[in-house]
Amino acid sequence: RLCRQAATLSRAYHGDRVAAVGSHPDAGSPLYQENYERMKALVTELQELAEKIRLGGGEKARKLHTSRGKLLPRERIDRLIDPGSPFLEFSQFAGYQLYGNEEVPAGGIITGIGRVSGVECLIVANDATVKGGTYYPVTVKKHLRAQEIAMQNHLPCLYLGKSHYKSSKWLSLNKAVVMGSCTAGGAYVPAMADESIIVGKQGTIFLGGPPLVKAATGEEVSAEDLGGADLHCRKSGVTDHCALDDNHALHLARKVVRSLNYQKKVDVTVEPSEEPLYPADELYGIVGDQLKRNFDVKEVIARIVDGSKFDEFKALYGDTLITGFARLFGYPVGIIGNNGVLFSESAKKGTHFIQLCCQRNIPIVFLQNITGFMVGRDYEAGGIAKDGAKMVTAVACASVPKITVIIGGSYGAGNYGMCGRAYSPRFLYMWPNARISVMGGEQAATVLATVAKDQKAREGKQLSEADEAALKEPIIRRFEEEGNPYYSSARLWDDGIIDPADTRLVLGLSLSAALNAPTKKTEFGVFRM
Amino acid sequence: LWALQYHPSGQNIGKVLIANRGEIACRVMRTARKMGVKSVAVYSDADKNSMHVAMADEAYFIGPAASQQSYLAMEKIIQVAKISTAQAIHPGYGFLSENTEFAELCKQEGIIFIGPPSSAIRDMGIKSTSKAIMSAAGVPVIEGYHGEDQSDECLKEHARSTGYPVMIKAVRGGGGKGMRIAHSEKEFLDQLESARREAKKSFNDDAVLIEKFVDNPRHVEVQVFGDQHGNAVYLFERDCSVQRRHQKIIEEAPGPGIEPEVRRKLGEAAVKAAKAVNYVGAGTVEFIMDSQHNFYFMEMNTRLQVEHPVTEMITGTDLVEWQLRVAAGEKIPLMQEEIALSGHAFEARIYAEDPNNNFMPGAGPLLHLSTPPPDSFTRIETGVRQGDEVSVHYDPMIAKLVVWAEDRQAALKKLRYSLHQYNIVGLSTNIDFLLSLSGHPQFEAGNVHTNFISQHHDELFPAKQATPNEILCEAALGLILREKMITDAFRVQSGDKFSPFASSSGRRINISYTRNLTLLDGNCATDWLQNYIRLYKAFHVSGDISNEGDLTYLRCTVNGSVCKAKLVILDNTIYLFSLKGSAQIGLPIPKYLSGASATGPQGGAIAPMTGTIEKVFVKAGDKVQAGDPLMVMIAMKMEHTIRAPKAGIIKKVNYQEGSQANRHAPLVELVDEDMESN
Repeated sequence: RLCRQAATLSRAYHGDRVAAVGSHPDAGSPLYQENYERMKALVTELQELAEKIRLGGGEKARKLHTSRGKLLPRERIDRLIDPGSPFLEFSQFAGYQLYGNEEVPAGGIITGIGRVSGVECLIVANDATVKGGTYYPVTVKKHLRAQEIAMQNHLPCLYLGKSHYKSSKWLSLNKAVVMGSCTAGGAYVPAMADESIIVGKQGTIFLGGPPLVKAATGEEVSAEDLGGADLHCRKSGVTDHCALDDNHALHLARKVVRSLNYQKKVDVTVEPSEEPLYPADELYGIVGDQLKRNFDVKEVIARIVDGSKFDEFKALYGDTLITGFARLFGYPVGIIGNNGVLFSESAKKGTHFIQLCCQRNIPIVFLQNITGFMVGRDYEAGGIAKDGAKMVTAVACASVPKITVIIGGSYGAGNYGMCGRAYSPRFLYMWPNARISVMGGEQAATVLATVAKDQKAREGKQLSEADEAALKEPIIRRFEEEGNPYYSSARLWDDGIIDPADTRLVLGLSLSAALNAPTKKTEFGVFRM
Repeated sequence: LWALQYHPSGQNIGKVLIANRGEIACRVMRTARKMGVKSVAVYSDADKNSMHVAMADEAYFIGPAASQQSYLAMEKIIQVAKISTAQAIHPGYGFLSENTEFAELCKQEGIIFIGPPSSAIRDMGIKSTSKAIMSAAGVPVIEGYHGEDQSDECLKEHARSTGYPVMIKAVRGGGGKGMRIAHSEKEFLDQLESARREAKKSFNDDAVLIEKFVDNPRHVEVQVFGDQHGNAVYLFERDCSVQRRHQKIIEEAPGPGIEPEVRRKLGEAAVKAAKAVNYVGAGTVEFIMDSQHNFYFMEMNTRLQVEHPVTEMITGTDLVEWQLRVAAGEKIPLMQEEIALSGHAFEARIYAEDPNNNFMPGAGPLLHLSTPPPDSFTRIETGVRQGDEVSVHYDPMIAKLVVWAEDRQAALKKLRYSLHQYNIVGLSTNIDFLLSLSGHPQFEAGNVHTNFISQHHDELFPAKQATPNEILCEAALGLILREKMITDAFRVQSGDKFSPFASSSGRRINISYTRNLTLLDGNCATDWLQNYIRLYKAFHVSGDISNEGDLTYLRCTVNGSVCKAKLVILDNTIYLFSLKGSAQIGLPIPKYLSGASATGPQGGAIAPMTGTIEKVFVKAGDKVQAGDPLMVMIAMKMEHTIRAPKAGIIKKVNYQEGSQANRHAPLVELVDEDMESN
C-alpha cells in the first residue's frame, strides 16, 4: 500500500523525471583541495567551540548540579524529546565573547525545536550551571527570539528549569516544567503557563524569596515551605503536577504534550524524499573560505535539495540570480540564490519568482552570497534602485515561510533583497565562512582612503602609500572582526552558525517547523514600475 | 496405504478418543489425521484454549483443572467415547495409560483400549511379580537375596552367588543410610557389620538384603511391539541414562557404544519379556546396564513412552500408526528382519523448570516462543504455542526436540544447533542447561550413566559470568533499533512522513549526540540496584534489524565482527538468542513507574509464580529494608520467600495468608519513605 502511495505521490512517469543539477567537482584540483582544507578547518573550529559550549558551566557547577540528582539541561532536552529524534538548536554562540572575560555558554539558555510525543515543540531550557542560572541581556534576547519563533511557527512552548524573567508575549500553548527555583518575575512563567509541572523538593516558586520575606515582614520561612512543590500542588494551585524527579517531570511533560490534541496540518503537497546525488561535504571544496572566489550556487543547490532536482525558472534571464523550484524532505521550496551582483533584470526576475511562490504557497529558501546591487551611471539610469526596491518589497511582503542561509558575503542592500534579518525570515543561519556588513572591508577602507586622499589633495598634500596602508589596515581588521559570523551570532543577529554539510538537514527541520503555522495570504505593496 | 485398505481381522478404527493432553495428544492426532482417523479430544478447564483441543476434530469438556476430576476421571472419558462414537481410546502416557481398571472398563464397554491387555499391565505393575516372571522366562534380572535368614554365613553365601561387588542394604533403609558396598569377599563381613550398625542406629532394625552392585549404571530400554497374533518384535534400544530428579531429560537411540551383539541380546531379552506376558501393542522393557554392558531387567512400561520418537527416527516407523493398526487387530506391520537401524537420534526434553534451583518445576506464560524450523530430520513435539500457558496443574514439559542424523556426532551437533534456535521467554526453561549438557565432553564421548549430572555438576552449572560487552552492545543496539521501528511506524501513519524530525538520526547541530543507556546484567530482583552497567565508547557498533515472519533478528557488527541474533524485547527485558547462547538484559524501571506510583508494577515485590500465600510477615505501615522477608509463598511444592526489593514503607498488603496469588501479581504496595511523608 505504501509503495502505491509513494508512486502516486511522485507520479513517476518516465517523461516526468527532472534532470538533476550539479556536476562532479574536480576533486584533485589544487583550488578544490585548498578550499576543502580551509572550509574543513572552519567547520572543525565550529564543532570544537560548540562542543565546549555544550558542556555549559564549569565542571564544578555541573558536578554540583548532578550531585543533587538533577539532570543537566541538555540531558533534560534529550529525554524530553522523542528518543532518537533530531533537535534543532538555535544560537549556540549567543553571548560568545560578548561580556569580556565572562563566558556565558549558549547565553545561559538552550533553545530549539524538537519533537515531543510526535509534536514539534519549541523548547527553552535554562542552564543553572551557567552563572547559577542568572539572566544576562543576551539570555533575555535569546528567550525572546525563541518565543518569536514559537509564535511565528505556531509551536507549543515548553519551558524547562528555573527562570527569572517575565515576558509579555504569550501564546496559547505554553507549558512549564519547574525544575529549579523561579523567583519574582520568574514566578510568572509557570503561573502564566497553561499547565505546569514542578519537581518535588527541588522546584520552588515565589514572588519574594525567604531573605526578601524576612526583610519585608520579618517572617522566617524555608524556601520549600514558602514555594515548594507541595505547597503549590496542594495549597496554592500555582502548579498542576508534582514530579518525583527530573525524569518524572519530563515524562509528565511528554504526557501533557500528548494531551494537547495538537495536529500539524501540512498545507503543501508532499512527495517522497530522496537524498541529493552528491555528497554534502563537497560543498567545502566548491565554496571554500575566500569570498572573492566565485562559485556556482547551483552546485550548492545540488547538494541540498531532494535528488539534486531543481526546476529552474527563467534560466536564461537575469542570470546573476538563480531561481527555481525543488523539494526538500518532500516539501516544496522555491530557491533564490546569488550568482553574482544584482542587476535590474535579476531583481525583476527575483520579484516575479517571489510572487509565484506566494501565489502557490511555496516556502522560499534564500541562499545569500551577495555583494550588492550593481552601481554605476548606466545602472542608475536603468532604474536599478527602482528594480531593487521591487525585489525588496516582494521579500518584505511575502508571508510564505522564508528561510535564509548566508553562504558567503552579505553586503549592503543585497542583504535586504536576499531576506536579511530585518525582513523577518522565519529562520536565518550562517555558514562559518560568511561575512556580513554594509560593504566589504576592503571596499570600505578604499572608500575612506579615497576620502582622505581627496582631502589631502585639497590641502595640496599627498597621502603616502605607507600612510594609506596604515589608514586602511584597522578598518579592514574591524570589518573582518565584526563581519565575522561569531560576532553576529553572539548578538543574536542570526539563529546559528551551521556546518555547510548540515544545510540540508537544518533547512529541512526549519521547514518542517515552519509548516506548523497556517498559511497567510500575501498582500504585496506597490511595485514601482 | 496398502495396509490401511487391508484389514485381515478385527474392527476398523474410524474415530479415536485421546484421553490425554499436551504434546502426546497432538502427536497421536497427527498420525490419526494422516491415517484418516477422526480424533476426539477431551479437555479440562485449564485446557480450553489448548493446542490439542484446537487440533482435534471434536473436543469435549470433562471437568476442572485437577486431573483427578478430568484426565483421570474414567467414567467421564468413557462417556465422551460413547457420545462421540469413538471406537478406541488412546491413553497416551501418564494419566490412565497404565491403569488396569481403565483397560478393563474399556473392554466392558466395548471400546478398544490402545494398549496391552489389562493382565499384562497388572503383571508388570508389581515389581516383585514382574521380576519373578522375567526370571522364569530367562530374562536376566538383578540378582540378590532378600530373606529371613540373616546369619552371616547365609548372607555371605548369597553374596558369593550373586557375585561381587555387592550392595548391602538395610531392609528398612533409605537415603543411603545403612548402605555399604562390598567389592570382595574379604571385606564383606566388615561392611556387613558396618551396615548393620548404622541400620540399627537409624531404623532400630538391622535386617539387610544383598543386591548386585552396579556402579554408575546406564539406563537402557528396548522398544518392543506385540500383536494379538502372538508376534513380538523389538525396535532396538534407547539410552536414557542422563536424568535429573529421577526423570529423563535427554534420550538417544541407539545406545552409544553398544555392540551389535549386545544390541541383539538386549532385543531378544526384551522380546522374551514381552512374550512372557502375551504383550500387545507398544511397550518398553527397561534394563540397568553396567560398564561391561551386562544388563539386568528392571521393569516394563506398558505404554508408549515419552521418548518413543527417537526409536521412530532410527527405524523409520510411526509407532502410533502401529498402535492403531495392532489395536484394530492387524499384525505388526514389519517382521523383525525387516526392521533396520539407521543413523542416530536424540531427544531433548524442554521443561519449564529452573535448573539452577534444583530443577524446580515452573509454570507461566510463553510470552515468546520460537522453534527451529521443523523438517524430516528435526521434529518438534509440542502441545503449546506462543501465548499459551504452562499450567501448574500438569507436567511442565513444553516440548520434545527430536533430531536425526547419520551418526551420533552429527546428530549431537544438530541437536545443539537446534537447541540454540529454541527460544522461550516468559518462564525459566532448561534449554541452556540442555546445551551445556549436550556440549559436555563426556556426553559427547558417550560416557553416560545415571549419575552424570551429579558427577559433572560443576561443569554443567558454571557460575554466572558477567554478560560480555559485545552482548551488551548488541542489546543496546537492539533497543535503539526497536525505538527506530516504533518511530518509523509512527511516521508512516502520520500525515507528515518525510519530515526530518520524524527520523531517528538523533542529529544535533554542530555537536555529537551521546546517549547513556543503563542496562541491568542479571534479572535477579534483589541485586538489580547494584548491577548497573554503562557502555562506553570503546565499541563501534552498527547493525540493523529485520523481521522474518513473527521474529525479529538483529544483525550487529561490534568492532568489526558480525553476528546475528534473535531479538525479543518484552516489558523491561531484552532477550538475545544466538548460536553463542542466550542473554537476558534488564532495563531499569524509572522510579516514577516502579514502587512509588500506585499504578505501576511493584519493582520486584511480586509473585514469582502462581501459588498460595503461606505466611505474611508485614502489615500496612511497616517500615522495611531491602531484602527483608515480606511473605512466604508455596508454589510447585516449594517454599519461596518474597523479599522487599527496596527499602520503604508498606502501604498495603494485597494478599492474606491462604489466598492464591497469580504469577507476577503485586503482593504488597511498597512506597518510598519520603513519598509517604509528602
